[in-house]
Amino acid sequence: MTSLPQAGGVRLGLVIDLDICVGCHACAVNCKEWNAGGHAAPLTDSDPYGADPAGVWFNRIHGYEVTNEMGDYGGRTVHFPKSCMHCASPDCVTVCPTGASFKRAEDGIVLVDEAKCIGCKLCSWACPYGAREFDAHEGVMKKCTLCIDRIYNENLEEADRVPACVTTCPVGARHFGDLADPKSEVAQLVADRDGYDLMPELGYQPTNKYLPPRPQPQIGGGVDRLSNDQDTVDPDSKFLQWVDKLFSR
Amino acid sequence: MIEPDIDTSPHIADEIKYTTCYMCACRCGIKVHLRDGDVRYIEGNRDHPVNQGVLCGKGSAGIMKQYSPAKLKAPLLRTGPRGSGQFKEISWDEAMDIATERLANIRATDPKKLAFFTGRDQSQALTGWWASQFGTPNYAAHGGFCSVNMAAAGLYSIGGSFWEFGEPDWDHTKYLMMFGVAEDHDSNPIKIGLGKIKSRGAKFVSVNPVRTGYSAIADEWLGIRPGTDGLFLFSLIRELLISDNVDFPWLVKYTNAPWLVIQDEGAADHGLFARDDDGNPLCWDGEGKRLANALDTDVKPAVVGVYTLPDGRDAVPAFELMARRYMVPAYAPEAVADRIGLPADTIRRIAAEMAHTAFQEEVVLDVPWVDFAGRLHEQMVGRPVSFHAMRGISAHSNGFHTCRAIHLLQMLLGAIDCPGGFRYKPPFPRPVPPPQKPAGKTGQVQAGTPLQGPPLGFPTGPEDLLIDDDGKPLRLDKAYSWEAPLSAHGLMHMIITNAWKGDPYPIDTLLLFMANMGWNSSMNTAGMIDMLTDTDPDTGDYKIPYIIYSDAFWSETVAYADLVLPDTTYLERHDCISLLDRPICDADGPADAIRQPVVSPDRDVRPFQDVLIDLGARLGLPGLVDEDGSPRYPGGFPDYMVHHERAPGVGMLAGWRGENGARHGSGAPNENQLAMYKANGCFWKDELAKGQRYFKFANKDYLEYAARMGFIGKAQPVVMQIYSEILQTFRLAADGHGPVQPPDAERDRIACYFDPLPVWYEPVEQSLIDDGDYPFFAVTQRPMIMYHAWDSQNAWQRQIISRNRLYMNRGRARTMGIGEDDWVWVSSHKGRVRCQVQLMDGVNPDTVWTWNAIGKRQGAWNLDVDAPEAKQGFLLNHLISELLPEGTDKSRYSNSDPVTGQAAWYDLRVKIEKARPDEAREIAPQFEPVTPGDLLDKTPATLRYGASFRAGKKAAP
Amino acid sequence: MHPAYSVIYFTVASGAGYGLLFALAVAAVAGLTPDSRLFWLIAALLSLGMITTGLLSSTLHLGHKERAWRALSQWRTSWLSREGVLAVAAYPVALVFFAAELLVPGTALSGAFAVLAAVLAGATVSATAMIYASLKTIPHWHNTWVLPGYLANGVATGFVWLVLLLMLFGPANTAAATVTLAALAVAAWIKRAYWSAVDSSETPVTAETATGLGQFGSVRTLDPPHTQKNYLQHEMGYRVARKHAVKLRRVVWLLAYGLPFVALACTLALAGVLPGVLALIATVSAMTGMLVERWLFFAEARHVVMVYYEGNPAMQTGSESVRD
Repeated sequence: MTSLPQAGGVRLGLVIDLDICVGCHACAVNCKEWNAGGHAAPLTDSDPYGADPAGVWFNRIHGYEVTNEMGDYGGRTVHFPKSCMHCASPDCVTVCPTGASFKRAEDGIVLVDEAKCIGCKLCSWACPYGAREFDAHEGVMKKCTLCIDRIYNENLEEADRVPACVTTCPVGARHFGDLADPKSEVAQLVADRDGYDLMPELGYQPTNKYLPPRPQPQIGGGVDRLSNDQDTVDPDSKFLQWVDKLFSR
Repeated sequence: MIEPDIDTSPHIADEIKYTTCYMCACRCGIKVHLRDGDVRYIEGNRDHPVNQGVLCGKGSAGIMKQYSPAKLKAPLLRTGPRGSGQFKEISWDEAMDIATERLANIRATDPKKLAFFTGRDQSQALTGWWASQFGTPNYAAHGGFCSVNMAAAGLYSIGGSFWEFGEPDWDHTKYLMMFGVAEDHDSNPIKIGLGKIKSRGAKFVSVNPVRTGYSAIADEWLGIRPGTDGLFLFSLIRELLISDNVDFPWLVKYTNAPWLVIQDEGAADHGLFARDDDGNPLCWDGEGKRLANALDTDVKPAVVGVYTLPDGRDAVPAFELMARRYMVPAYAPEAVADRIGLPADTIRRIAAEMAHTAFQEEVVLDVPWVDFAGRLHEQMVGRPVSFHAMRGISAHSNGFHTCRAIHLLQMLLGAIDCPGGFRYKPPFPRPVPPPQKPAGKTGQVQAGTPLQGPPLGFPTGPEDLLIDDDGKPLRLDKAYSWEAPLSAHGLMHMIITNAWKGDPYPIDTLLLFMANMGWNSSMNTAGMIDMLTDTDPDTGDYKIPYIIYSDAFWSETVAYADLVLPDTTYLERHDCISLLDRPICDADGPADAIRQPVVSPDRDVRPFQDVLIDLGARLGLPGLVDEDGSPRYPGGFPDYMVHHERAPGVGMLAGWRGENGARHGSGAPNENQLAMYKANGCFWKDELAKGQRYFKFANKDYLEYAARMGFIGKAQPVVMQIYSEILQTFRLAADGHGPVQPPDAERDRIACYFDPLPVWYEPVEQSLIDDGDYPFFAVTQRPMIMYHAWDSQNAWQRQIISRNRLYMNRGRARTMGIGEDDWVWVSSHKGRVRCQVQLMDGVNPDTVWTWNAIGKRQGAWNLDVDAPEAKQGFLLNHLISELLPEGTDKSRYSNSDPVTGQAAWYDLRVKIEKARPDEAREIAPQFEPVTPGDLLDKTPATLRYGASFRAGKKAAP
Repeated sequence: MHPAYSVIYFTVASGAGYGLLFALAVAAVAGLTPDSRLFWLIAALLSLGMITTGLLSSTLHLGHKERAWRALSQWRTSWLSREGVLAVAAYPVALVFFAAELLVPGTALSGAFAVLAAVLAGATVSATAMIYASLKTIPHWHNTWVLPGYLANGVATGFVWLVLLLMLFGPANTAAATVTLAALAVAAWIKRAYWSAVDSSETPVTAETATGLGQFGSVRTLDPPHTQKNYLQHEMGYRVARKHAVKLRRVVWLLAYGLPFVALACTLALAGVLPGVLALIATVSAMTGMLVERWLFFAEARHVVMVYYEGNPAMQTGSESVRD
């Protein structure tokens, strides 16, 4: 079971656009509400009204600041959603001693079969992205299912058959599709926008890709001021020019 | 290898019900999936005009609000001292009897002794009308905290406003500049829009001291010093003026730029528009070399020059006054750079980028349209520079004028309601200002009598103020007095202080709805708590005699009520998002919406609107009883939504009117109206024709449509005001002209702040405080996951943020020896709080900030007393005074914008000092816990919501 | 990584248990064991006792102990599964080995099972080590010296126990003691090499590569996803202050290797009851030292995921306290 399937024809995953993510947590919370009653239900919360509230979340939004030599205005704040990458070569699957963790041959989605999970947590140690979520109350590991109970769900309208995080994202920073198909919308986005892998050096070949912030648009090829003599301008001379400016109502 | 069998098509819902979200002020359409009578999932409604299918983190957390253990369960009557949180449950009959007896007595004697103020409730079309029927002028919602500077500045300038009454043209703009916008209003439309424009390659510039949220994705972040935006705008305006980058043809057509202003210092009409005998404004027709009616279309008006009026006096076009004001060295980029904290080169470049985009990159739509004069234009040509502004402008005491400055800049660029510019959402634009005056003048408030009009409106001169013969305020909050003449949303932040002082008069009962004024919805929270509990030393009675409060949750304010009327959640009631209130329209057409109950309350609570209608009937309020005295709306609020007519044919809902529901806008009540809304996803929207969608201020087809719909009285163009004659009338009164003049003590103040042109002054409180003592600006914002959320005890929202720190600029902190996580004291002239520091680069070095309303009082919201919200969450509210600093000549004034009364909670200045090592623990100040005891459900140790929806799994008990 | 006591006890006890099994097998083959059934009875109880309690301890942290049997199924890919399989295989082999030494010592059967037991003991400890060493996500563990370290520590502690056992049944055994001294020295040398390697190694992952934002500048954390700690932070966010770790490493040098070495060296020169006491001291010291060594093995290891929560290690502040 924990042997990885042969590289199949379809690799479903997410493309996340860091250029427009505003860090609103919509994806994280909508994921939580869908999945709280979904395939891996419940996503247990401990001490929900107490001193140390914590719970199972499949998607978490980090915030970073990037600084460079350009000083205060050169840097940027980046909101950074992170969930399971559904790697092509996921150690979280191969380290699983029971076969509970598996990667689907047909679409590459990495799942946990809770009935087999002994809750040893080793998969969470093997995941560099922090995508594995231990439900202590249930004693099993849970994780992003890429909304396996939505994307093929015939009880939902066709347009709704995408992961909850994608359908709810207000800025449209999340895209879902087959990354193995170079003609897919997501693959095109990755190609056009230099989409990249997280921690590529570890070699897990994450399916999810991140689109970097875009460069600032150059207005008018880089205009920088309106004229050169403006500091010495005399309003009265301006008014003399304007007095003949007549426009019809 | 065999993979487990996975059910990829599980059954999700037994039923899907549409309604409207209430997790913030945005009012998105939602689809609620119900399973076994419980809420399985809430998602955005794809067809809804507001959110187009998306849903934010707040809306997605709605399930946890519905199942919150902080929900009130029954009416409560106070048994212990105020603030103790000791109550007994009573029946609704008893509660209504108590309220009716009290209020009936007030109404029979002196109706203004009822002060009725509501929080972020979204039902002002009912509550304001109810207050009128009761006969009290003491009514407002929380707009005085929030939005009045945006609303008033816009409505007094262009007949529409940013806030939620307008939006950038997301589909066409090429350059968007946003001032001080966090999540705020329109949360999802703005996010949808930003995603759109960035993906199109438009440039997005954010002017904001803090680089979070929207500012984080701005192509350019301008980390301005708070409250100095006006100077930045004037500098941009100066750059445009001196380089001729001004849309003169547009100004002449659509604004009062060419209107002649009388120049006669000392005269009663100095600074007013010269008018002909019919009252039409005059201009100088440069072609005919004559004075002409400025509203005529066959003139070619001059925009500068001095012209002689028939009476021999001089007059100059408003444009010239404006240009002279800003084309001065004081507004040169170099002159303002240090004060605003932006390099001069940046200001010059931004002005150049704006000018280039506006004038070199016009957007042309091949859509013919007809202007107000009947002239056909083959195309719609737009200047694709757009602006949006909110809190960062609004919450300063100079916000009204700063917002006017933004509108002026838009007008100079000719970028209003054009393709690519700022766009009005119907029912705007409306005349400048909308023709609705506040009621409540002397003689209008009578025992047992309704108010002759709405309590809130738009004064057009001193004669519209609500003051007595001595110039003293007639309203409890002193709205529409010389303290805050254009306070179109009231001054909710002053009601507790004024009621406690008995200034201008004592009241009997404070009726509050969804306003957490005992905590995060107040300035000077500790002071408010003292005032709410203060007693008269002679009688032992509370200074504020009686407080009735309606809330759905065990908020901090509940503890201060004498009688608590528990509301339902938003998923349990009917609501109305009415065009008479704050509608959900977008720029392409008017829309309104309803809420419908999707689950039934499991406790003894009632929708506040139902309670209000019931109470009104018991009190015999004219609009709420039939002639025989029986309740006119026995079906409660849903009945009212359908059958109440504000004017013949005009009711709460615009859709599906007329007997068979075929009419929209106006028409007779339709018995099936609510069913028709429900069948349409609980909203109604009318799409404007393509030719009506832009230039609405002068678009004949649109104006005729707007008149037909009742948005405006007559299909006349809305002329935008670069120069405000209305403001000048107040200044003239201050100068000793007119029948209604300010008391002598107020004259200078009125003359100073009622400038007919946008002006910048240092925020009032800051001008009274030594910058050396308090070197930092301090502002707050709410995190997106909680913006405008009525609470945050929600089990999921609080997992994301349950404590807050004070953010400081990293470099600046280093110079003070302050490091990450250090404990500091933050002090203002009003008080001090102890909290922990977090360092960041993306904040103006002179500014500190924090997330607002994270801090909770121990025990409130049914959280454990040691919840992080109580131990590590703090409010800056303790530092913000509702009054200007003591010991100054302005100390009796509220800490507000002197024009509009907008609460100036962004004017705060503070100093930061490291706490002693032994103080490095929980935040200070702390207050006695307000634990709910047995009044609420016990909180679970583990939350397994959703377990029951999984096939084969049972939820734990 | 969070130093869970169940796992610390498991690896130390099973390491010593398998080490003792290995040492006994070697000693049996080499003819160093006394001709005493009691010796073998005690030896079997001791080694299987440590192995068994260790393995039981390892199941303490499982969410579903009743499904532990499933862990034997994925030996093709999972070192944890392999460890389970090997442990299960080693058990009957060890039993037969002990039975043979009790009943038919010195036979081909006992010899063959001695060799088999030694091999399986080594293999099981190797599998344990590989559970950690195979994790690329934890650079301190994904290290050449982890496998030899586990083996050497197991062998060293096993031999320390063997020396103690032998003392109960006769005079100090010079050969056993000498081998033990050598094993301790080798184990210490490997530990030194391990620490030196991890101290000088650069983290393979930075906040810049983890986020991919390095192209824009240096990356710092601003806001965490949740203001209270989540599972990942509790499980993997453990940090031991440098000052504290240095102190504990000294304790390891002293207790795990130094003191046992000196004590056992002394036994070679002494007679009477003293060598027995010294051997006991050496054993207690070595086991205590190993517990500290293992605690540090976890506590000092940083999971790469923490770079998302804490940024680059150099940017961390306030590290002067042990955090949990």
